Amino acid sequence: MSILADKKTRLVVQGITGREGTFHTLQAKAYGTNVVGGVTPQKGGTLHEGIPVFNTLTEARSKTGANASVIFVPPPYAADAIMEAADAGIELVVCITEGIPTFDMIRAFNFVAARKTRLIGPNCPGIISPGKCKIGIMPGAIHKQGPVGVISRSGTLTYEAVGQLTSRDIGQSTCIGIGGDPIIGTSFVDALQLFNEDPETQVIVMIGEIGGTAEEAASEYILNHVKKPVVGFIAGQTAPPGRRMGHAGAIISGGKGTAAEKMQAMKDAGIYVVSSPAAIGEAVAQVLSR
Amino acid sequence: MKIHEYQAKAILTKYGVRVPRGEVAYTKEEAREISKKLGFPVVVKAQIHAGGRGKGGGVKLAKSADETEQIADRMLASRLVTHQTGPEGRIVKRVLVEEGLRIKNEYYLGIVLDRAAAKPVFMASKAGGMEIEKVAEETPDLILKEPIEICLGLTPFQARKLAFGLELPPSLVNQAAAFMIALYKAFQDTDASLAEINPFLLTEEGTFYALDAKLNFDDNALYRHPDIKELRDLDEEDPLEIEASKHSLNYIKLDGNVGCMVNGAGLAMATMDIIKLTGGSPANFLDVGGGATADQVKSAFGIILSDPNVKAVLINIFGGIMRCDIVAEGVVEAAKAAKVTVPVVVRLEGTNVDKGQEILRASGLKLTVAHSMKDAAEKVVGLLQAG
Repeated sequence: MSILADKKTRLVVQGITGREGTFHTLQAKAYGTNVVGGVTPQKGGTLHEGIPVFNTLTEARSKTGANASVIFVPPPYAADAIMEAADAGIELVVCITEGIPTFDMIRAFNFVAARKTRLIGPNCPGIISPGKCKIGIMPGAIHKQGPVGVISRSGTLTYEAVGQLTSRDIGQSTCIGIGGDPIIGTSFVDALQLFNEDPETQVIVMIGEIGGTAEEAASEYILNHVKKPVVGFIAGQTAPPGRRMGHAGAIISGGKGTAAEKMQAMKDAGIYVVSSPAAIGEAVAQVLSR
Repeated sequence: MKIHEYQAKAILTKYGVRVPRGEVAYTKEEAREISKKLGFPVVVKAQIHAGGRGKGGGVKLAKSADETEQIADRMLASRLVTHQTGPEGRIVKRVLVEEGLRIKNEYYLGIVLDRAAAKPVFMASKAGGMEIEKVAEETPDLILKEPIEICLGLTPFQARKLAFGLELPPSLVNQAAAFMIALYKAFQDTDASLAEINPFLLTEEGTFYALDAKLNFDDNALYRHPDIKELRDLDEEDPLEIEASKHSLNYIKLDGNVGCMVNGAGLAMATMDIIKLTGGSPANFLDVGGGATADQVKSAFGIILSDPNVKAVLINIFGGIMRCDIVAEGVVEAAKAAKVTVPVVVRLEGTNVDKGQEILRASGLKLTVAHSMKDAAEKVVGLLQAG
């Protein structure tokens, strides 16, 4: 069944006429995603790569029935784009943008929380249900449909894990990149809940990294609610404290948020934790063979 | 982004947060002149981007202009080692000379982001002048917390809750509350990511001061604070890291011997991890990012090779938006330009991988091609140990 992104998705691209927006719109269409429109203020009424462009999300939704949007808008304007989509009633908003100021995200997070929109990201590669729908920048070709749900804070590390699964002929139900920022719309716990209830998903892969307490919260949730086996990996076992390791959320602060703590919390919750990123695929294969 | 104590105090002053009178000095003569203006005693404080300066000998009382000059002379150009700087310490190039105050009580004020709640949280504690991490570990109940609704800021009732919670005399509560509200306003206005006033000082005269002030800023918001961006002190940063930032590369120097270049922060961390697991030691974190050009790849390679500790290089690229042929071109150009003398292992995967591997093969360069992360890590550590 997959989660959130599927054949019913009608996608509008915010920032469609920009370089990133254009490139990924074409990639999405090629994958089979139903791209119904785009929004670039001032360019409404035109066609871009054959897709109707609108000035506002409200207009786009009313004219196309869009139920999802993907945001390729630069950091100073991206939080506003998130809020515009939520205001227009878009059910699923995926924000790819990296570099949004934290205070802007606090505002956007609260705005979205008060409405019926689900936000994924920001600073994420997006969400893909292989064979059905791709919302984001991930390379579709490395994915295949199957029983593994993947949740990750990373982009290319997710592709690495997916590559390992696909090469073992193990497919994915949905892969969701929740993003590398400290404030994100969908947490591990949110995604775990959805995968737990999804009949197509039999095993869950959880890829975390240093910083914050999301993996600890996820571990507690898994212990109490998740019946499906979970394989986990934490990036940043060798990261020095106090440094932002690329992602705004990947920082060990005041001694908290280390990989070691997270791995222990996950092990205590019965998650199959691997120390090596190269061992993720093999661990899932072993779990599936039981 | 980090700034110095004296810079943080200057920012706070603009918001009405009281700080001791003082000025920054770059020479012992300047320090002397400032001390004469302030009157005695003064405190001479080394300005570095790290805490623990007091214990490390970086904070000293002076009772005369001569003493001030002597202390400043010894501090400036010296290497200050604290438990936060690492054993190599930091060279002191600036000192803050400020008026000495008569200390009655020391408290702690701090503001950080509560990620899980998606809110800033304002903290206060009676345990001032101590390391807050220790307090948090040993006596967490001593830390009072108020979550902030950012459309409201720190409200007067919240500030009073904290002030009464610190068991301040009722006659001082309003002053303390005003101080806290002003501090929070500074934090939000400047897009700070961390604020610490430790100690939050009450003098014998009954006045509150920020005796020390630490402000860190959200890097993502610096574009809208050019005045804060200007406060950046390049002397506090590693030269290779500064060079990398000029090319929009995300680079952090570590102390190992296997240099790595990866696309994506999570994969870059995971690459460092697997190098360590396989018996090597990562020399750096480097994320070339999703849209890196051949030029950036070339610069990245050059920066890694500039680190004398690097004895082998691992390039791990999983191309999504990034195309493997672009990476390969950059690697070949860089290797030719840099006259590489250390073994280089390249693992490419994803978009245009075959084209990329062909470019590497055709280059005639001595590059070892790897096919998985495990293979790449084993090959680079093997070559390291053989060499």
